[in-house]
Amino acid sequence: MQTSYSSSRILLPVRPWFIGFSLLLALLLNLLPTSVWPGVPDWLALLVVFWSVREPRRVGMGLAFLFGLAMDVADASLLGQHALAYVLAAYGGSSLSRRILWFPLGQQALQVFPLLLLVQVVQFSVRMLVGADSPGISYFIGPCLATLLWPLLTFVLLLPQHQPVDRDANRPL
Amino acid sequence: MDHQPPPFFKRGPAPVALLSFYVALSVALLVVDARLQTLEVLRQALSMFTHPVQHLAHLPAQFLDNAGNYFVSVARLQDENAQLKRARLENVTTLLRTQQLEAENERLRKLLGVKERQQASGQLAQILYSARDPYSRRIVVDKGQQDKVVAGQPVIDDAGIVGQVTRVFPFVAEITLITDKEQAVPVQIVRTGLRSVVFGLGNGQLELRFLPANADVQNGDLLVTSGLDGIFLPGFPVAKVVHIERDTSYSFARIFCMPLAGVENFSEVMILDPRPAIALPEQLAKEAAGREAKPAVRSGLAKKKRLKRD
Repeated sequence: MQTSYSSSRILLPVRPWFIGFSLLLALLLNLLPTSVWPGVPDWLALLVVFWSVREPRRVGMGLAFLFGLAMDVADASLLGQHALAYVLAAYGGSSLSRRILWFPLGQQALQVFPLLLLVQVVQFSVRMLVGADSPGISYFIGPCLATLLWPLLTFVLLLPQHQPVDRDANRPL
Repeated sequence: MDHQPPPFFKRGPAPVALLSFYVALSVALLVVDARLQTLEVLRQALSMFTHPVQHLAHLPAQFLDNAGNYFVSVARLQDENAQLKRARLENVTTLLRTQQLEAENERLRKLLGVKERQQASGQLAQILYSARDPYSRRIVVDKGQQDKVVAGQPVIDDAGIVGQVTRVFPFVAEITLITDKEQAVPVQIVRTGLRSVVFGLGNGQLELRFLPANADVQNGDLLVTSGLDGIFLPGFPVAKVVHIERDTSYSFARIFCMPLAGVENFSEVMILDPRPAIALPEQLAKEAAGREAKPAVRSGLAKKKRLKRD
C-alpha cells in the first residue's frame, strides 16, 4: 500500500511484529512521566487510529479493546473508559480507511482529527457522567498536536516498508 | 426473502456486530466498576502486565533524579545535616514533655474510665508517581499486598493528612489525595471545637461544606481530624482556612481551605495501620445481636404455627 492511493510508491507488506512493537512502544510513551504535562498527545490512541486506517484487516477493535484495558489499569481510571474510546476510534478508522487514504497526508490528518477528538470526548463524557471533576481545556490540546504529528508519524512508521524486495549487490539502491 | 451470495473471503463477523459486542462489553465494565466496584481482581490481574511497563517508563526519570542527587555538593549536605541536628535539639524539649504528657493522659483517662487513646503506628512508603488520570488526584506508592496494606488505611506525611489508600495491588498501592473530588475527611476546628467534614475540590483546595453562614470560622483556623469516622485517628492536622465567602442569599458559607501536608509534592509518606473497630456499648451490642437473631426466632414461630395448623 502507498502513503496514499494517489502516490506512485508501492510499499512492502507490513510485518505483524512491527505493529505490535509500535503499539507497545506507544503504551510505554503514554506511561512516561511526561504524560502529565498539558497537551501531550495520547500516543496509543494515535497509533490505534493509524494502524486501523493503514491495516484495517490486522488491527481491529479487539486489539484496541485490550490496549484500552491495559491503559485503564495503568491510568487508575474507570475500567472500560479507554477501552470504549479506543474501540470506537478503531471502528471509525477502519470504516473510513478507504476514504482517508485517497487524500494527501495533510488532508488525511484533517480527516483523522475528529477520530482523535472522539477518543477524548468519549472519555470526558464517561467521567462527567460518573461525576469526576473537569480536567480543563488543556485536555483537548492533545488531539490537535497528534493531528499535526500525523504526516511525520506516517513517514516514520512506513519506513520499514520502504526497502526494495530483492537486494541486488550491483544495484546502487 | 432476499438471498445473499456466499462471501468470497472469510473476514470474521461483520464490523458492526464486533463494534456492538465491544461497546457493550466496555459499557458493562464501566457500569460495574463505577457502581459496584467489584472488578478489583481483574484490575490486579491486568496490573501484573502493566506495572512492569510502568516501572520501565519511570526508569529514565529515576535515573536523572539519582544522577542529580549524586552531584549535590557535600557542603550542602553538611549544611542540611547541621540544620536537622539543630531542629532536633529544638524539638527535643517538646518531644520529651509530650511523652510525659501522653503517659499522664493515659493514667488520667484510666482513672476516669475513658477509653485509651490509640497509638499511631504505620509503615513508611515511597511515592513512585502520580496516577496519569487527569480527572482524579491519586498517587502510587511502593507498598502493596506484600506489605499487608489494605484499602482504607489513612496516609500522612510530616505535616498532616495526605489521603487514604483506595486500591491495593500486589506490589503497589493507590492513594486518593484529600484534594480529590471524591474524598472527604471528618474534621474539627481546633479553636472552637466545631465538627464538620472537609471535601476535596479537585483543584488542590478543600472546602468545608454545610456550615451555616454565621458559623464561627475565621481565616487561619486550623482543622484537625475529629476521628469520628473510625478511620482517621483524631488530632492530625488536615488543612488551614484561607478564604471565607459569606453570602446572605445562600444558607451556607463557602469556606475554602488549603491542605497542610505536602499533598502535591513528591516525597515519602507514612501509611498508618488501620484503626481497630470501636466496640459498641454493651446495651447497643445486645440490641444488634438481638436484631440478627430475630429472623431466626420468627421463622421458629412460623414453624410452630404451621405445626399447630397441621
